[in-house]
Amino acid sequence: MKTLLPGVQAPDFSLPTTPDQKVSLSEFRGQPVVLVFYPADWSPVCSDQLALYNELKVEFSEFDAQILGISVDGIWCHLAFSKDRKFHIPLLADFEPKGAVARQYGVYREKDGESERALFVIDTEGVIRWSHVSPVGINPGADGILKALESIAKDEKTASVSH
Amino acid sequence: MSKSTILTQPVSERDHMEGPTNAPLTLVEYGDYQCPYCGAAYPVVKRVQKTLETKLRFVFRNFPLTQAHPYAMVAAEAAEAAALQGKFWEMHDLLFERQTFLEPDIIPLWAKKIGLDLEQFGNDFKQSVVAKRIKEDRQSGIRSGVNGTPTFYINGIRYDGAPDYESLLAALESELAIR
Repeated sequence: MKTLLPGVQAPDFSLPTTPDQKVSLSEFRGQPVVLVFYPADWSPVCSDQLALYNELKVEFSEFDAQILGISVDGIWCHLAFSKDRKFHIPLLADFEPKGAVARQYGVYREKDGESERALFVIDTEGVIRWSHVSPVGINPGADGILKALESIAKDEKTASVSH
Repeated sequence: MSKSTILTQPVSERDHMEGPTNAPLTLVEYGDYQCPYCGAAYPVVKRVQKTLETKLRFVFRNFPLTQAHPYAMVAAEAAEAAALQGKFWEMHDLLFERQTFLEPDIIPLWAKKIGLDLEQFGNDFKQSVVAKRIKEDRQSGIRSGVNGTPTFYINGIRYDGAPDYESLLAALESELAIR
């Protein structure tokens, strides 16, 4: 399975974020989106990674970016995890059919039944601008995401000047 | 993204350092005084410093995870305010040694214990220079790929190994060997 690369239109999806609410990628058209695929709620590296992004709320909001966490965990698990860690980041349940969205993005690991630890930064037009797959045990940090958001913001500025 | 993640802001005179400036090894930690993993890493760093003696220079930068740790910012401010009286390391050490006692009410007690001028400490605490420094540390950490606390850099390269004594010492020694 090949991870989607920059330049490709990000496949749309609709996933539950609460027991009675769904979120679609297309809702965020017009603002950059950071998709954070992670293997599982509660596992140490994932929670550190999400805790870091949760902490960087201000930095992401400077780019008007929406960050979305995605794992194969069910919605009730996400709710308990979010509450425990005081997360503000929406967590989406790629639960049924299991891992369908991770498969679409080429980051599902069949053997483990979990997704890779993968990041996608999507621009205001819904095009993937940056993607990164980390070794599962390594927390990728936020520097790559911020660089990609900066590059998107720069292009937007250039585009608005030339119009 | 390059394979190794590097420290974007080189160590300079602005930093809090222990050990000789010309030491062949520089260990930089981005840490949070209320983070239990940083608390666990504190004696490890001390031990590594003792083993490597003058071969190692240690630098500490602030990376308070304020969403997870309500007293992380207060503690970082306390250390930076102590620095204005030349007692950064005394406060740094005390905060980690008393990690479960970081409530804002207790902090002046620690300031007193290390012999700070309390009035000045109280004033310095909310100085913009203190806030600015913590913010700068945080920014340089984010840019350098800090991915949680503690994050260590050995001679400018992020250390992704385990934070125990044997692993950290082995990484430092192997860096020393290639120099």
